[in-house]
Amino acid sequence: MTKELITGAELIVRSLEHLNVSTVFGVPGGAILPAYDPLYDSPIRHILARHEQGAGHMAEGYAQATGELGVVIATSGPGATNLITPLANALMDSTPLLAITGQVASTAIGNDAFQEAYTVGLSMAATKHNYLITDASEIPQVLKEAKYIATSGRPGPVLVDVPKDILNQKTSWVEPKDLDLPGYKPTIEPNPKMIQQAASLIKSSKKPILYVGGGIIHSKSHKELYDLATSYNIPVVTTLMGRGAFPDGHELCLEMPGMHGNYTATTSIQDSDLLIAIGVRFDDRVTANPDFFAQNAKVIHADIDPAEIGKVREAQVPIVGDAKNVLIGLMEALKGSELDTASWINDLKEMKKNFPLSYDQKDDGPLKVPYVLEQLQNLTEEEAVVVSGVGQHQMWISQHWNFTEPNTWLNSGGLGTMGYSLPAAIGAQTAFPDKLVLALDGDGCFQMTCQELITASTENIPVKVVVFNNGNHGMVRQWQKIFYNSKFSASELTHHTPDYVKLAESMGAVGLRMTKKDDVKKIFTEMLNINDKPVLIDCVVDPDDMVFPMVPAGGSNDQVIMNKEDLKQL
Amino acid sequence: MSERILSVLVEDKPGVLARVSSTISRRGFNINSLSVGPTHIEGRSKMTIVTELDAVEQVKKQLNKLVNVIKIVELDPEMTIETEVLLLKVSINKDTQTSVIEKANLSSAKSVDVGQDYAIFEMTGSSKDLNKFEKLMKPFGIIEMVRGGRIAIQSNL
Repeated sequence: MTKELITGAELIVRSLEHLNVSTVFGVPGGAILPAYDPLYDSPIRHILARHEQGAGHMAEGYAQATGELGVVIATSGPGATNLITPLANALMDSTPLLAITGQVASTAIGNDAFQEAYTVGLSMAATKHNYLITDASEIPQVLKEAKYIATSGRPGPVLVDVPKDILNQKTSWVEPKDLDLPGYKPTIEPNPKMIQQAASLIKSSKKPILYVGGGIIHSKSHKELYDLATSYNIPVVTTLMGRGAFPDGHELCLEMPGMHGNYTATTSIQDSDLLIAIGVRFDDRVTANPDFFAQNAKVIHADIDPAEIGKVREAQVPIVGDAKNVLIGLMEALKGSELDTASWINDLKEMKKNFPLSYDQKDDGPLKVPYVLEQLQNLTEEEAVVVSGVGQHQMWISQHWNFTEPNTWLNSGGLGTMGYSLPAAIGAQTAFPDKLVLALDGDGCFQMTCQELITASTENIPVKVVVFNNGNHGMVRQWQKIFYNSKFSASELTHHTPDYVKLAESMGAVGLRMTKKDDVKKIFTEMLNINDKPVLIDCVVDPDDMVFPMVPAGGSNDQVIMNKEDLKQL
Repeated sequence: MSERILSVLVEDKPGVLARVSSTISRRGFNINSLSVGPTHIEGRSKMTIVTELDAVEQVKKQLNKLVNVIKIVELDPEMTIETEVLLLKVSINKDTQTSVIEKANLSSAKSVDVGQDYAIFEMTGSSKDLNKFEKLMKPFGIIEMVRGGRIAIQSNL
């Protein structure tokens, strides 16, 4: 019997089906066109984004909400270059992503053909790994490898570039072999000696802090973290990427430390004698000037990526391994011991009481974002998936929203990509059609990818968007106020243009507006009752509000600025 | 200045040199020399990277993250055989000819091509030896010089 001949394009679609991909996000175009033909007949759902950047963030939102692979498809040239931002974003935040891009015919590569860009070269520094397919028969094997590399170890984006003639090349299905990647063997199981050393440091610590981040969420080890923290009474700080890894509201939860972290979380690290750092990378937004960071603390640093250990801060106990295995190992090694942390926890409790987060919402004054957020959370009964943009609103959400579950807080942490919120929320809502998905965005961010609201309404993806409209690039304005003598160079947008309500309506969504305290409950209730369409609220807020606490870039975490009064000391 | 030599075994795949050099420049590492060539094993190439002590740990760790990088060994300077290759074209005339050739012979450089007004020498040795030879030839007028990257291998001693 002769083998059935199928095209490279069909191999891609069939491979994706074999890899259990159910949804892809993308935009078609010349070079990728052959792949869209068999995709049409496949059970895989394709969401047509309005821009490749949007498609990429959708795939990221899908991946971050589910913890599974997100897939994005784009054409050659501009299609691929538009993907660079989401790829770089996924690399920074360790999001498992597979990007498939069309390329000009292999015979034309290098000739500056129409819509040709050197995608493999351009994406090299924005991906964990990438491939250029040179023969259609490679496709099943490469896609299997690509998924494995994207989802294993420290997750990240992998790009596969496929020339058009190879999409059309006829070949037969070759069952992918077992993976043979001699240069890629992530260490999952930690070294038991290191676990023992860590355990003995923990036993003798009086002021330990569990400093945890995105690694807990990627390794799905929030339960193990909860067991360790609560069994031995160790307070926990959750970084921006780790919000939800340990439940807010728990007496051991200190929430977010760093540049805009709360006073107690930031200060607890400064006062600590032992940092148990798991799945974090000592980012500059957490440490401020590393020379002044946790100067009295020893450091246990566990990460699946050995390159993170010792990159910023020397670790007395370095542990390479998966966060879950590390936590299980520590639990085992600590069995039977009791930690004397009662007075430490008491001190921190006092600190929390004395230095709370605050905001000042006047009855007849302009709306303040933290107030609006609290009202919204009070009205939502279920655990919502909250998806943020970048800037002031992002910090306020991280500070004021109560996260109790992992994968319910999606944001662009490392790269700080404005425009992430709406498309990522669409990706999350696609994965969970029945969940409440909230895109809580700034007006500056929203304008960067707002056309994806059309994607949401045409694809029946009922995301709920709140645009915090302060008519400005708020965080830029805040810095200009503090560091540039209130010279507001190029940070002013406008409250009125576009008219967000009309914009929403023109894109097939429901548009609502709130401007004062009395509107908030009513308008949010209205929004929450609409479930068959996307809804957008134009939430007009105070342009002069500033995010506190604050530690200026390069400053010391010993000097937390709590309010406007403290600024005068700068 | 304290140098470290890394011997990096990689998969012989398209783009592997670009991946390594892109990682090095993206992370801002200081590299003194990089050379690449085939090994005795099919499908495997060896890179020799000479870097500074302060960067060596991060260079190793970041390069190890590349999927096509199989193994990185830091060579012990005490037990390392290291060499570099040089081709040097120098101008000669009736007056200088004898002196140039004499100096080259004494430096163990091999003459590979001699013309009316030029001579080409080939030399292998330590970077120091090559530097010395270059200095020696300079007064005669170097027309062109090419040096290969440094390569190194661990001795059994």
